[in-house]
Amino acid sequence: MSAVRKDYVRPIDFKTGRVDMSHGAGGRAMAQLVDELFLAAFDNEWLRQLNDQACFAVPTGRMVMATDSHVVSPLFFPGGDIGCLSVHGTINDVAMSGARPLYLSATFILEEGFPLADLRRIVDSMAAASQAARVPVVTGDTKVVEKGKGDGVFITTTGVGIVPQGVEISGDRARPGDQVLVSGTLGDHGVAIMSFRENLEFETTIRSDTAALHDLVARIVEAVPGIRCLRDPTRGGLAATLNELARASQVGFRIRERQVPVRSEVNAACELLGLDPLNVANEGKLVAICAPEDAQRLLEVMHAHPLGRDAALIGEAVDDSHRFVQMETGFGGSRIVDWLSGEQLPRIC
Amino acid sequence: MCLAVPVLVVKRLDGEEAIIDAGGVRKQVSLALVPEAREGDYVIVHVGYAISRLDPDEALKTLALFAGMEAAA
Amino acid sequence: MKYVDEFRDGDLARVLAERIARAVEPGRPYRFMEFCGGHTHAISRYGVTDLLPASVEMVHGPGCPVCVLPIGRIDNAIALALEHGAILCTYADTMRVPASERSSLTKAKAAGADIRMVYSAADALRIARENPAREVVFFAIGFETTTPPTAIAILEADRAGLANFSVFCNHVLTPAAIANILESPQVRDIGTVPLDGFVGPAHVSCVIGSQPYEFFAEEYGKPVVIAGFEPLDVMQAVLMLVAQVNDGRHEVENEFARAVTREGNGKAKALVAEVFELRRSFEWRGLGEVPYSALRIKTKYERFDAEKRFGIVYRAVADNKACECGAILRGAKRPKDCKVFGTVCTPENPLGSCMVSSEGACAAYYTYGRFRDREAA
Repeated sequence: MSAVRKDYVRPIDFKTGRVDMSHGAGGRAMAQLVDELFLAAFDNEWLRQLNDQACFAVPTGRMVMATDSHVVSPLFFPGGDIGCLSVHGTINDVAMSGARPLYLSATFILEEGFPLADLRRIVDSMAAASQAARVPVVTGDTKVVEKGKGDGVFITTTGVGIVPQGVEISGDRARPGDQVLVSGTLGDHGVAIMSFRENLEFETTIRSDTAALHDLVARIVEAVPGIRCLRDPTRGGLAATLNELARASQVGFRIRERQVPVRSEVNAACELLGLDPLNVANEGKLVAICAPEDAQRLLEVMHAHPLGRDAALIGEAVDDSHRFVQMETGFGGSRIVDWLSGEQLPRIC
Repeated sequence: MCLAVPVLVVKRLDGEEAIIDAGGVRKQVSLALVPEAREGDYVIVHVGYAISRLDPDEALKTLALFAGMEAAA
Repeated sequence: MKYVDEFRDGDLARVLAERIARAVEPGRPYRFMEFCGGHTHAISRYGVTDLLPASVEMVHGPGCPVCVLPIGRIDNAIALALEHGAILCTYADTMRVPASERSSLTKAKAAGADIRMVYSAADALRIARENPAREVVFFAIGFETTTPPTAIAILEADRAGLANFSVFCNHVLTPAAIANILESPQVRDIGTVPLDGFVGPAHVSCVIGSQPYEFFAEEYGKPVVIAGFEPLDVMQAVLMLVAQVNDGRHEVENEFARAVTREGNGKAKALVAEVFELRRSFEWRGLGEVPYSALRIKTKYERFDAEKRFGIVYRAVADNKACECGAILRGAKRPKDCKVFGTVCTPENPLGSCMVSSEGACAAYYTYGRFRDREAA
């Protein structure tokens, strides 16, 4: 007589198992993966309903939606992984409008052969990030592609939020005279990633700064409701962000290198690789532009928050028909801070 | 082709390799071109190889030169 | 960082700026050429121009080995990967250099070529060891600073009996570059490019020493001051050059005494001499054929010579007609004198060598300094 329960299903082997094509086929294997991995990790009332969509009431106000794909390599790096990065990234994109992020969706494109142990680690990290931020992942999707057609895992997250009445934050609102602030040290994330890249190995204690900024944004908006622009300097770094804002607002910027906060180790790593910290990605920092009379208050509010301890006032917007971002170097001369040309590659020359 | 950085030799390894420290960042490089470099020396590194030892006395002299504290060379 | 930060000190910069301003003779222009890509970059990146008097002009010479790499050689490199199926290992700097038919290493990679960016020649050796069934070619470029590491890689491959490793050698020589400029009609005969002196390269000099420049100072009557890599070094070198010009001297002085000796690095020079020999002539992008200006692998190590292993044939390809790189590399024109600068030719879409690497005169000016034109306009 068999001692096995009638409805016994062998649990997924997360220790040594790998993703295979059946996990994306829509059948039992996929349902089991969704149940034992995604539902178990994210666990909330919407996911428990097992629908293909999530239904929720929306408070009144203007809705904001943002989406981000994550293809970072390596998947695991000092300070984070692709999972928490994808949660923080979309929360931040929503938050930069001044909106309070409400819900997230997450889609996974998995490569055949990807270790389930790694997948679980990533999903658990996402769940932890989502719970800490109090923004649930309410719906999602999974697909599997053949071996060789995907870099392990690609994740796309989409988020929605509501902008409070009276808050108008947008990249085109900067005016000459407005002050430019950053919430902390620049270049940490990019350097942490590079330190793990093949052929560039170097040892450093630099960790990615990946973090959800919506709480900091809420404090900022509360203290300075008239804040003009908020943006997180991700790919392309501060240089890209300031150039984007210059173009959108039709102004120029003048910043002072001495005021830009960069950890000495990040500077050192950039020296070694021939990179400019201003071009290096950040995942837990924001650039804020406000009217001159609000700058002091804004700085105080940021300093009082754990994610804004190293905030600094770095410059101002100016009238400039060429939309140049100009920097007074620590040395005393001036130069432009330009867009990055092409992919950021370590320099030998 | 000139990007080269002065770094501190922290630990000599087997062969002609060494661990260097540049402002807190550590990397392994080759001392094949400057085999006489010792732990505690500063060397200039280019594409993974030390190319020259840095002379601390000359460095101080040069800094003094900038400040006009010595007659120009 | 020690030995870095002190040499970028803003207060010392002001002191030096004042001393240079006092040293220049009123009404007399000074034109100094630097041909170390690192110097071009340092001057732009720190805004050194703002701290020099208007009568001192820094001219950027052909100091960027990526910039002087001819189109035909990039085509050869692409062919090694795309047609011969080799793993091509290259320094990152070459990835965007424009080749024929609007191609580049980056574009070839997108088309399926196995092109891998490495930080060091040792990485290419490692890739060869890890892929014994594939041919691995190291795309070697650079002046004398970068050549010894390539020599080491070839000797190591020889010792280890690596059968699948070879080097596509494009190493070039600094003194040949200087001679080419000084011999060019514009400088020698017509005198349309008055050059009052040279800022000698920092790290090339670590290897070759200060001695090779003595010939130029003597023969052409121009002072040479070898300068360190940092902006204060460059300013001090300018001060020393101004002094020499005022005194009518033409000597070789060494500002980078903390790393450069007269003899240079004997071990490095010996390793290079063991593996390489002079090519009779080599084409430099923008300058044409330059005699005795480049190296090739000796017959003794020819099995590591990718040109021989794969039967590479070099075909010269002309530069874009609008490109003024030749004149710019010689100091005869400035980036803004070129009709296509900043419009058709930008760092995103470089037409010619000077825009390709971040140290090319045009790229450095575009990326860091083009606001100066607009302000004057």
